[in-house]
Amino acid sequence: MRTSLLALAAFALTAAAQAETIAITHAKIETLGSAGEIANGTILVKDGRIAAVGASVAVPSGAKIIDAGGHLVTPGVVASDTNLGAGEVEGEASSDDFAGASDQISAAFDVSLGVNPASMLIPVARMGGVTRSVIVPELAGRGDKKGEKLFAGQVAVIDLSGSPHSITRSHVALVADASSGAAARLGGSHGSVLQRLEADLDEAASYAANKGGYEHGTHRPFTQSKEDLEALQPILQGKEPLLIEVHRAADIRRVIDLGKRLKLKLILNGVEEGWMVAADIAASGYPVLVDPQTDLPNEFESLNSRMENAGLLAAAGVKIVVTPPYVGHYARQVRYNAGYAVAHGLPWADGIAAITKNPAEVFGFAEKEGRIEPGLDADLVVWSGDPLEMLTVPLHVLVKGEEQPMTSRAQELARRYGTLDPNQPPAYRH
Amino acid sequence: MKNPLSAAGLAAALALLSACAAAPSQSMADQSSSAPAGKESAEGKSYPGLDPSNDTDPFPSTYHALPSTTVALVGATVFTGTGSRIDNGTVILENGKIAAVGANLPVPAGAKVVDARGKYVTPGIIDAHSHLGVYATPEVWANSDGNEATDPNTAQVWAEHSVWPQDPGFNRAREGGITTLEILPGSANLFGGRAVILKNVPGRTAQDMKFPGAPYGLKMACGENPKRVYGTKNRAPSTRMGNIFGYRKAWIEAQDYRRKWDEYHKKMAEFKGGHGDKAPEAPKRDLQLDTLAGVLDGSILVQNHCYRGDEMAQMIAISHEFGFHISMFHHGSEAYKVADILKKEDICVATWGEWWGFKMEAFDGIEENAALLSKAGVCTVIHSDDAILTQHLPQEAAIALAAGRRAGIEIDEAEAIKWVTANPAKSIGVLDKTGTLEPGKMADVVLWSADPFSVYALTEQVYVDGAVVYDRHDPSRQPLSDFELGQAGPAHPGAQP
Repeated sequence: MRTSLLALAAFALTAAAQAETIAITHAKIETLGSAGEIANGTILVKDGRIAAVGASVAVPSGAKIIDAGGHLVTPGVVASDTNLGAGEVEGEASSDDFAGASDQISAAFDVSLGVNPASMLIPVARMGGVTRSVIVPELAGRGDKKGEKLFAGQVAVIDLSGSPHSITRSHVALVADASSGAAARLGGSHGSVLQRLEADLDEAASYAANKGGYEHGTHRPFTQSKEDLEALQPILQGKEPLLIEVHRAADIRRVIDLGKRLKLKLILNGVEEGWMVAADIAASGYPVLVDPQTDLPNEFESLNSRMENAGLLAAAGVKIVVTPPYVGHYARQVRYNAGYAVAHGLPWADGIAAITKNPAEVFGFAEKEGRIEPGLDADLVVWSGDPLEMLTVPLHVLVKGEEQPMTSRAQELARRYGTLDPNQPPAYRH
Repeated sequence: MKNPLSAAGLAAALALLSACAAAPSQSMADQSSSAPAGKESAEGKSYPGLDPSNDTDPFPSTYHALPSTTVALVGATVFTGTGSRIDNGTVILENGKIAAVGANLPVPAGAKVVDARGKYVTPGIIDAHSHLGVYATPEVWANSDGNEATDPNTAQVWAEHSVWPQDPGFNRAREGGITTLEILPGSANLFGGRAVILKNVPGRTAQDMKFPGAPYGLKMACGENPKRVYGTKNRAPSTRMGNIFGYRKAWIEAQDYRRKWDEYHKKMAEFKGGHGDKAPEAPKRDLQLDTLAGVLDGSILVQNHCYRGDEMAQMIAISHEFGFHISMFHHGSEAYKVADILKKEDICVATWGEWWGFKMEAFDGIEENAALLSKAGVCTVIHSDDAILTQHLPQEAAIALAAGRRAGIEIDEAEAIKWVTANPAKSIGVLDKTGTLEPGKMADVVLWSADPFSVYALTEQVYVDGAVVYDRHDPSRQPLSDFELGQAGPAHPGAQP
């Protein structure tokens, strides 16, 4: 085991070392870092990383040149709260790996172990400028069939290189659900969810205080498995965030109170009524994940949904991450969602940050990605225009310093059927 | 029909009134079928509900245009919906109609002038696939009225009878520029029922919203949904071949039904002309077969949920077998694979820019679909099927447009706007009334803050029949449904706090 891991690491290093040196020139660069926006600059990429960025960067001979022709370059887009990489067809459970929590493995469920870097969805998302996926596990089943579980498991981050080494991090957050769906499953009230959460955490603290008692069977019986009790330790210690789905203003306040009282690191997900308690969220320091398109009273817990939510939260000082729809097929929509937030009051620069820098910070990979600064992974996109516009497309996509092919199964289908040959079935054209 | 308001009609009206109470004893259909058909018809005292030819519009539109004045939108970039773009254009709305469209037009005396410089004007956006009202928000059990999933053939149910006019989604859709909607039953069944065309104005009743003179649609569904819904109930259909059997069986019955009524009407005419000594016996009316017969005589348009290209070809074969035309394939993820066939058959395709992969029959859905169809000359439509997406239909078209351009298919915006205006109008049978900015048509118009294909574009004003039904800067023109009234949130969700 040790040997194979070492071998893998060695292989990964070799692959990175062999990556070519690339210079993206004549670029308008939105660095999201200390350099701010560079009107006309160069990004030098070496060994998979950003080696230099600035208005005047020396380009070594032999470097591959990508002339951006004045087009905008941003960090690669992050799709947060998605199953991209852990599912192929939403309607076919046998093709999906994002829902794995069971009675034995709930908080401990590690979605990264089911990730398929060769997923057919990944090139499709990449064509839309997405270079990283924050995979959030979901509770198995639909609606009431999700069972009496509170925790869906551990969030993973992958890059969209499609390489076997694309799983960059697991256990970046633990997923819990305090929505009306969870309330229905866990007792019938939003209150019962919070009580259950506190009881489960309390049990984990008790377990940690007396592991010997657990092993020798002298401790009181636990409702959670040993694996799950272990998985809750970093949450209790405030080392790993708890990503918790919550919607209604009153519930958001209660979740914040609980988080503060137990000294938890929280990420709030959903928060359609967040704008109504924006000052409380800002004061808590907890970041939020929002879908800016949500503006209908879909549930009684989200009656006051509105498109200005993201903008109002950001204006109050809340760190926001804009999410795509959950299903990985739609990961590429995340940049349009940021655009909708901008259309309804979010400053444009905040819209870009909400799909690059902010998710990297919130999910703990800011030292790797989310900005264009030396030392970071070279996840970069050259855009034909404003990245938040539908009429804009990526011209070049780099993941960890490697330029990605601008094609996917979808483009192959379009080519195959774009011009029909009356004498040959399309199946012979590939 | 000397006396259209017969005793039965009056009784039916009373039965409808009694529906306000807890337990109406008889529905209109019950009332009709419990009455004797033959003899009284022979005497010319027919109940209107018994003969489908006398009862084509039992739930008539009570729509009235809101008050309007003469308006001149001046200085805008205008996409006419006919494929033209007019820079610095003027659009004049008068008496609820489009009066004139062009560059440098004189403004009629007394017209309210709207400064549209730097802004865009398009025809009202038309969503040809909506479930607003039948799957209303909040998404609670009580509001789930879109699928009568109790039998694979429910051609007898009508979506308008499920429409809740207080669905807040109508208001959000209007804020997104939607002026006309086709509300369809769901896709659980081979025959889901009748679709209704609505003008997107606030109404107390569904009839207040009904588009005057619009034809009905018939929702049909291919593929996975019917076979899953009934297969999991261990009844037919549980396979695609079971689906096809179900369609064919129904069309045979519909042709038989239609023949019986034609024969009856022919014999009755002969009898009234003095031939024969006994009036013919009227066939028994069947509401399910009425709808299918309406398709066969061309008065009801087939709206066919169908993802896969090969299934579209099979549905077309069935249409030839029984003599009807499919107006549009909805969703149509694989339509690009059979674009030539669809062009030849003059069938429209409604699809998304972006959605794909949520089930196997949508796995080959590509962003280039609409552009490939458009290039092949197919009447191409971008639809929503969703209460959120319907608010952003031109932007969804922009996704498809961008994908087409990336694939080397150059389509300009003046053409692409047809995907959400003229083409859906054609597919649902109202192109003679709306869908373009041509003089004489209903003044259904949107004024946009920016290019409607931009993510930043917001509607500034929405006109239906010349009346301002939404104005982003005028709270008095921002309707709220009863459900939205008195909530803790902003009175007008679109307004800045």
